Amino acid sequence: MVLIGAALLVIFPVYYVIAGSVMSPGQISSYPPDLFPHGFFTGNYKGATSSGTPIGQQYLNSVLQTSIITLSQLITSVLAAYAFVFMKMWGRTLLFGLFLATLMVPWESIVLPNYLTITSWELGGHGLTKTYAGTMIALVLPFLANAFGVFLLRQSFLQFPVELRDAATIDGAGHWRFLSRILLPLNKPALMAVGLYVFLSAWNQFFWPLLIGDSASRRTLQIGISQLNDAEAADPGLILAGVTLSILPTLAIVIFGQRFIVRGLTAGAIR
Amino acid sequence: MLVPCLVVFALFIVWPLGKSVSLSLHGSDLFGRPDAYVGLQHYKDMLGSAEFRHILWVTFAFVLLTVIPGVLGGLVVVLLLEQHIKGIRIFRTAFALPFAFSVASASVIFATIYNPAIGLANGLLGRFGIDRIGWLTDPSWALISVAITTVWMSIGYNVLVLSAGIGAIPTEINEAATLDGAGGFRASRYITIPLLGPQLFFLIVISTIQSLQGFGQIKILTPEGGPEQSTKTLVYSIYHTAFANNASDFGAASAQAIVLLVILLACTAIQFGVLERRVHYK
Repeated sequence: MVLIGAALLVIFPVYYVIAGSVMSPGQISSYPPDLFPHGFFTGNYKGATSSGTPIGQQYLNSVLQTSIITLSQLITSVLAAYAFVFMKMWGRTLLFGLFLATLMVPWESIVLPNYLTITSWELGGHGLTKTYAGTMIALVLPFLANAFGVFLLRQSFLQFPVELRDAATIDGAGHWRFLSRILLPLNKPALMAVGLYVFLSAWNQFFWPLLIGDSASRRTLQIGISQLNDAEAADPGLILAGVTLSILPTLAIVIFGQRFIVRGLTAGAIR
Repeated sequence: MLVPCLVVFALFIVWPLGKSVSLSLHGSDLFGRPDAYVGLQHYKDMLGSAEFRHILWVTFAFVLLTVIPGVLGGLVVVLLLEQHIKGIRIFRTAFALPFAFSVASASVIFATIYNPAIGLANGLLGRFGIDRIGWLTDPSWALISVAITTVWMSIGYNVLVLSAGIGAIPTEINEAATLDGAGGFRASRYITIPLLGPQLFFLIVISTIQSLQGFGQIKILTPEGGPEQSTKTLVYSIYHTAFANNASDFGAASAQAIVLLVILLACTAIQFGVLERRVHYK
């Protein structure tokens, strides 16, 4: 009983955002409150996609920003993890320790200098944040690499059987061939874990995108829905419709990619 | 092959770290750019001001209000999950759902629920004849309301980590306990909870760190740092000092950023220090 109560409490906001998004304005603000939608009211979705906050464009911005960050972190992490596991070099352990140390630096304590640096750069004669392309670059640049992905992939690569590696070398496979033909295909679960984890955290970013982007059409979706919340306070159904649209990709990931996500999220807990 | 990572880390982590320290020792002009060297003046101003003590107090209260309910709530859920195996997967998925919500989406949903006039929270209270609460407008409630949102966002993760911990407890231990006549509550109290020591400790540290870094929920739910600055935490204050309309004081904001860094590094140091001595009972 307690468990069901707790589960209901946790699920309730999830239910409410979807149920509320299909309630008519009269119903959602009715008193006493009504928890079950009467029919399927689509006006909120029409309203959310045609309000003063361009969430359609912002959706595209977020998809682009998140895809670039995810793809880039996968590539940079694979390369670094490969070097740490399969290439002998001087000071390897020390360097890996330094990589891990970067994870201890909270973003909030370095956000100001990063903001000053990036807004001082120019692209084609304009400040970076004055154009669409520049804004996108500013959004993704600090997040093109992260030590967490390197850490997870290194763990996974370390378990790779030495015999297979030796066999590949004897067959004349160089680093690139071994990496692309043998190592990566055999490490798909780890790559999925890193990819989905990075996707989730990039999609959900708030602080940095709040600072970057001068106009509404260059904002990311997360900033968009928070502005929707300020601008349309009298129309909760419309706000909830916007939020529902914004969580579709991440909801899909959490429901269908749960086992990969769990692996990424608990990596720190079980050492 | 390490070059891409090294370039990004050097440009956007290491160099800014040094720059933060340097900014905190300089004044700043109207646009936030550093000007004259002022030494430790920002730190002196900060430590001497009642406002900064208030900020630290709010930050500390926010940590307590989020970490304790979040970890205890997660523990209760996991102990219950352990005893009701039926439908366990549905429950697991249910508790994982909050992961899908970004800080912005969760905050916006709760903002709707907390809405003083038409929000659900007051509507439900009204049904039971309880007076309306100014969830986000009453100085004594605002921080609690923001904390509730934060706990909701973190509970899924806590459940996940703790159930992974329970899964790692050898079944023989529980069987032996059952044979000795210890079931249900006693087994939880004397066996499961002590064996979850490492996970509980990890969660307390990690939740504290995340709580100290909490920003989006504060910014969205209480845009000006709350009524009477009741939700103005350290991170919010960094943002406010640097970017609020008439402030733009990057020097003072950087000094606060360094204080945040020191506090967070201390938390990490405690984590490693204790892990070295091990909280295990093996």
